[in-house]
Amino acid sequence: MSATLLSVENLTMRFGGLTAIDDLSVSVPAGKITAIIGPNGAGKTTFFNCLTGFYKPTVGSVRLAHPKKGEMRLETMTGHRVARDAQVVRTFQNIRLFPKMTVLENLIVAQHNFLQEASRFSIAGIFRLSGYRKAESEALKTAAHWLERLGLTDIADVAAGDLPYGTQRRIEIARALCVDPVLLCLDEPAAGLNPRESAELNTLLLSLCREEGIAILLIEHDMSVVMNVSDHICVLNYGRKIAEGTPEEIRNDPQVIKAYLGEDDEETASGEKAA
Amino acid sequence: MSAVIIARHARTPAERFKDAAWVAFVALLLGIPMVGLTTVDEGGALTVQTRFGMLAIFVGVSFAGRFIFRWIMDQVRGRRAAKSAVAKADRTPLAIRVIGWAVLGASVALPIMFSENRYVIDTATTVLIYVMLGWGLNVVVGLAGLLDLGYVAFYAVGAYTYALLFSHFGWTFWEALPVAGAMAATFGILLGYPILRLRGDYLAIVTLGFGEIIRVILVNWTELSNGPNGIGSIPRPTLFGLPFERNPAEGTQSFATFFGLDFSGMHRIIFLYYLILVLALLTNVFVSRLRKLPVGRAWEALREDEIACKAMGMNVTNVKLSAFAIGAMLGGFAGVFFAARQGFISPESFTFTESATILAIVVLGGMGSQLGVVLAALVLVLLPELGRNFSEYRMLMFGTAMVLIMVWKPSGLLASREPTIRLNKAAATGGEA
Repeated sequence: MSATLLSVENLTMRFGGLTAIDDLSVSVPAGKITAIIGPNGAGKTTFFNCLTGFYKPTVGSVRLAHPKKGEMRLETMTGHRVARDAQVVRTFQNIRLFPKMTVLENLIVAQHNFLQEASRFSIAGIFRLSGYRKAESEALKTAAHWLERLGLTDIADVAAGDLPYGTQRRIEIARALCVDPVLLCLDEPAAGLNPRESAELNTLLLSLCREEGIAILLIEHDMSVVMNVSDHICVLNYGRKIAEGTPEEIRNDPQVIKAYLGEDDEETASGEKAA
Repeated sequence: MSAVIIARHARTPAERFKDAAWVAFVALLLGIPMVGLTTVDEGGALTVQTRFGMLAIFVGVSFAGRFIFRWIMDQVRGRRAAKSAVAKADRTPLAIRVIGWAVLGASVALPIMFSENRYVIDTATTVLIYVMLGWGLNVVVGLAGLLDLGYVAFYAVGAYTYALLFSHFGWTFWEALPVAGAMAATFGILLGYPILRLRGDYLAIVTLGFGEIIRVILVNWTELSNGPNGIGSIPRPTLFGLPFERNPAEGTQSFATFFGLDFSGMHRIIFLYYLILVLALLTNVFVSRLRKLPVGRAWEALREDEIACKAMGMNVTNVKLSAFAIGAMLGGFAGVFFAARQGFISPESFTFTESATILAIVVLGGMGSQLGVVLAALVLVLLPELGRNFSEYRMLMFGTAMVLIMVWKPSGLLASREPTIRLNKAAATGGEA
């Protein structure tokens, strides 16, 4: 068991009377792929929003053991600081690219803080001083690296919004990688992908984790992805954790089967309706 | 022409020689009448004499000059290419570049062609004020995507800052210009703070209100702004301290006396025209540069998706405030020029109609397009002017034109967006290997 990168303790998120997450405790190991699964409305995306500073949890703590900066309390940080300082970067369930900007520009924008600092309040940038030029070519190298890695080099200068859905998913991952994450949170990266594309996604996720040492937290419905890449799976239902373990354990867990397929008559009826 | 085209590959000495020979040939053709022939006054009659020695020197210098110039340029370019492995985007479509340069050439040449026609130059100056305002508002609306219906407020802040600094402290145009810009930027941030969370329609309503508040304050705070009576006798800008006056004060010089010219009222008009041309061009260069910097890309990213910006670790507050501040500052500069040109300002010049016109220029031109703003400003200022002869149908014409443009070009006259950076594929893959 490797060291814990992120530990979530007693996390609760209430919206008025609705409790979206109820006393959830999860730990995410460093350098591994952890999947969060659960039926629709289980609170998975809310959980992500709490981790990445988009929501402020009602109760609970989110601690990140940053490899360089020591322990950080994510629940106290605002949205952009989680990505900038803690380097916990996320993607979105409904892709959020900068559609009119080119793929390359998307990846350069992701390195905004690095470049903005080099541009010294834009003064060094306006006069194109060597410090800024160096930073810019460095940013371009990072972008070119990830473009190459995700097979996007040929479309680098195309507006991101004009590209097919599956490609946009990859661009969003490439963009998140340009932020230099220690923890990459992917919200349904395989949604809308065809089987070949999701197989490629599996390879990519495994190589990111094994070769680059980036820990990945994954929300996914596509079981071919979840079961093949995850080291650890956590199952949510109605905001509670109902099971946790390796893919093998989860597959055979009666609680999970019950949550997904329903058990008693009433549940079965509503499950069928939903299907 | 082929000789002067800039080749992308490294030039051989033979190519350089040929290039220089071409230039020398052109110099020879031009030089025969201009240098080779001269008229001499011989006893009251003009006779033509040849100066072939001079012509030979002229052609020789052209040849050598071109050769050396080309060589230096190649060196510089080679070094620059070697320095960065990745190429920058400087490949605006040819048509746009040609139009851009043509418009620039025409605007520089305009006062020479119409040096006696005050009406033409005055109208052109007005167009340029709107161009500058359009470029300023383009930062807020076109790039950052924040709909601002009260842009005229910053224009007013700039104009009044100059007028007040002059009437209380006797500041000149050039002294007041940076202060007024800073003042307008401060107001931009003041407006920006309370509306950070607003978007779309709600943002538009608050900015609209802000524009009106500034105007109403100017009307009612009589002690400060002299109310609806406005502030008059604001001094015109000077050229490095040389005023444009018929009778300069004792012991000083005016533009006309300094250059030994006869006084003409047109000097000042033409000077004002060139001044706003320079201010507008500086604005353009400034904004185009900013667009290719992190802050400019952040503005565009903000327009595209604010939540994604946050997820990328971008401080959205700073990005928004910088857009408001820079846009306001440019509006403030234009306001100072406006006050100096009119010599008199009152709140009546800063009504909502002005904001609407500037916004219309940005939208009609194509959001974010610099050249589009110029074309739209031409259309929006010249159409009412052309319509003067049938004044009662003027607004009707204006409205029809706007509707037609929006039908034909729903996203503005020039809607295409140029990437701020491009990937040089060969260099990128080569660099990775």
